[in-house]
Amino acid sequence: MTTDLQSTQPKTVDPYGKATPDLSTPRSRSIAGNLVRQRIRSVVKHLALIGLSLIMIYPLIWLLISSMKPNEQIFTDLSIFTTDLSLENYAHGWNAQLFPFHVYLINSSILVLGAIIGNLISCSMAAYAFARLDFRFRTLTFALMLGTILLPFHVVLVPQFILFRELGWLDTFLPLVVPKFLATEAFFIFLMVQFIRSLPNELYEAARIDGAGHFRQFVQITLPLMIPALATTTIFTFIWTWADFFGPLLYLRSPENYTVSQALTGFIDAQSTSNYGAMFAMSVVSLIPLFIAFLIGQKFLVKGFAKSGIK
Amino acid sequence: MSSLGELRTIAKQTKAQKSEKRAKRTYRDNKAGFVFMLPWITGFFVFTVGPMLVSLYLAFTDYSLLQPPQWTGLDNFTRMWGDERLWKSLEVTFIYVFVSVPFVLALALAVAVLLDRGMRGLSFYRSVFYLPSLMGGSVAVAILWRQVFGYDGIVNGFLGLFGIQGPGWVAHPDYALGTLIVLNIWTFGSPMIIFLAGLRQIPDMYYEAANVDGAGKVRQFFTITLPLLTPIIFFNLVLQTIFAFQNFTQAYVVSGGTGGPSDSTLFYTLYLYQQAFNSPMQMGYASAMAWLLVLFIGGLTAVNFWLSKYWVFYDD
Repeated sequence: MTTDLQSTQPKTVDPYGKATPDLSTPRSRSIAGNLVRQRIRSVVKHLALIGLSLIMIYPLIWLLISSMKPNEQIFTDLSIFTTDLSLENYAHGWNAQLFPFHVYLINSSILVLGAIIGNLISCSMAAYAFARLDFRFRTLTFALMLGTILLPFHVVLVPQFILFRELGWLDTFLPLVVPKFLATEAFFIFLMVQFIRSLPNELYEAARIDGAGHFRQFVQITLPLMIPALATTTIFTFIWTWADFFGPLLYLRSPENYTVSQALTGFIDAQSTSNYGAMFAMSVVSLIPLFIAFLIGQKFLVKGFAKSGIK
Repeated sequence: MSSLGELRTIAKQTKAQKSEKRAKRTYRDNKAGFVFMLPWITGFFVFTVGPMLVSLYLAFTDYSLLQPPQWTGLDNFTRMWGDERLWKSLEVTFIYVFVSVPFVLALALAVAVLLDRGMRGLSFYRSVFYLPSLMGGSVAVAILWRQVFGYDGIVNGFLGLFGIQGPGWVAHPDYALGTLIVLNIWTFGSPMIIFLAGLRQIPDMYYEAANVDGAGKVRQFFTITLPLLTPIIFFNLVLQTIFAFQNFTQAYVVSGGTGGPSDSTLFYTLYLYQQAFNSPMQMGYASAMAWLLVLFIGGLTAVNFWLSKYWVFYDD
C-alpha cells in the first residue's frame, strides 16, 4: 500500500509545485493520507475543469456540426454525433446573399489589412516617443492617452459621423481605416510603451555614441526588438477588426462594400426562408480566420494581455 | 503596471510636484517628440477632442443632419426625464452590468486560481476558456446564441432530458436579457488571462512560508492570494464595467436591431444608436444621451476608485 502510494507520488499534481512533504515533522504520519487527498483533489479539479471546458466549447462544436447537417435535421436532432454530414450548406450559403461570400471576405480582409498597417505604424511611433523621448507635456499627453482608453466612444460617434459625411467618405472604407493611422487605439500604444520600457538602456546609449539619431534608434533598434509587441498588436487588431460590426454598420451602406459581419446579419433578416444550414455554414466561415489567428497568435495574445494588465 | 496603475502614479507625482517649487527645466527631445507624436496628436484632436466639443454643443440642439442645428437649450435633457424608453434602456443596461460583471470576475478568478502554478494541461484549459472571449464579440456568435437559446435550441434540448419544456428564451421578455448576460459570462476568458498573469507575480516564498506555518489552501487563498490580487481585481472590475456599459453588437443581432422583445434587450447604446441613425435622425438628442453615458461611466469609475481605497492593497 505504502509503496504503491510512493510510486504515484511524483505524478501527483501539487497546485503550488513547491510544497514537498517534510518527513521530519510530527505530521509525517499523515503523509500517506495527504497524498491520497492531493490525488483526489487533483482528480476533482480536472473533472470540474473538463466539465466547464465542455460547456464552454459545446456551442461552437454544435455550430460546426450543424453547419454540415441537412436543414430539417438541425433542430430535430440536437446531438453532435451524426454521420450524415455534407458541405452542401456551404455551397448554398456562399451564394445566398446578393454577392457571393468571397466579396465580403475580401472587404473584411482589406479593412483588417489597413487597420493593422495603420496601428503598427502610428502606435509604435507614439509609443517610442512616450517611452524613450524627453519632451514637453509628455506626462500630460500620456495621461490623456490613457484616459482615451476609458472614454466611451459613443460621445464622439455623432460628430465623427458628421465629419466623415462632410468629407464624402460615407460608404467607403476610409472612416474605418484612416483613424488607425492616427494612433486612435490607445490600448496598443500602452502595450508598446510597456514593452519599449523593458528594453535595455545600454543599447540606446551605444547607438547614441555611434551617432544614431532618433529615427535610426527607432527603426534599427526599437522596431526589431519589439517584434513580440508588434505581433500582439497585429493579432488583436486582426481579431477586433474582423469581428467589428458597429463601425461597418455605420459607414458601409451598399452591399458590395459589406463586411462579413454585415453579410451574416442578412441571414437573420431573411430568416423567413429559414435556411439555418446556410446561415450556420457562413457563420463558421466567418469564425475560421479568428480561429486561425488565435492558434497562430496564442502565445502573443496571452503575453500581450498579461502585459497590458500587470505590473 | 496596468494602465490604471500608471494613471495612479502620474496623479501621485503631480500631487507631489505641486508642493515643491517647480524648477524650470529643459527638454532634450522636444523636436523629435513632436515628430513622433504627430499622428497621435492629430488623431487626438481630430477624432477625440474636436468631436467631444461638437457633441457637447449638439447636446443642446435639435439636429437631424439635414438642417443646421437649432439651439434648444436644455430641451434634450428635460425630454430625457420623461422618456420612458430611455429609463427602460438604463434599467436593462444596469441589470446587465451589475449582474454579468460580478459573475464574469468571480468565474475568471476562480478558474485562474484553479489553473495556477504549472498544473498539467494548463495551456489546453487556458486556450479552451480564452477562445470564446475572442469570438464573443462577433456576429456569428450572436447568431449562434439566438439558436442555442431558441425554442428548439440546445438549452431546451438539454432541459428536455429532464422532462422540462423551456420557453423560447430569446423571444421571451423575461429571459432575453438573461441570455445576453450568459453570453457575457461565456467570455470570462480575457479577465482570466489577466488574473493568471497576476497570480504568477505572487512570490512563491509567501506560500512556502504559509505551508511551514501549516496554513491550508483555503486560508492561503484568503490571506495571500486574494489581498495581493486586489489591484488586478480592481483593474478588471473597472474595465469590465466600462466595456459592459458599451455592449452593442450582441443586443443588436440577438434582437434583430430592435432591442426587443418589448424593449427587454434595449441596451442604452442600442437606444442611442436608434435615436441617432433611425429616422428621424435625432442627433442632438443622441449626443445628449452620449454625455449622460459619459456621466454614468465616469461616475461609476470614480466610485470604483473611491471604494478601492478600502479594499485594494497596493504593495508599494
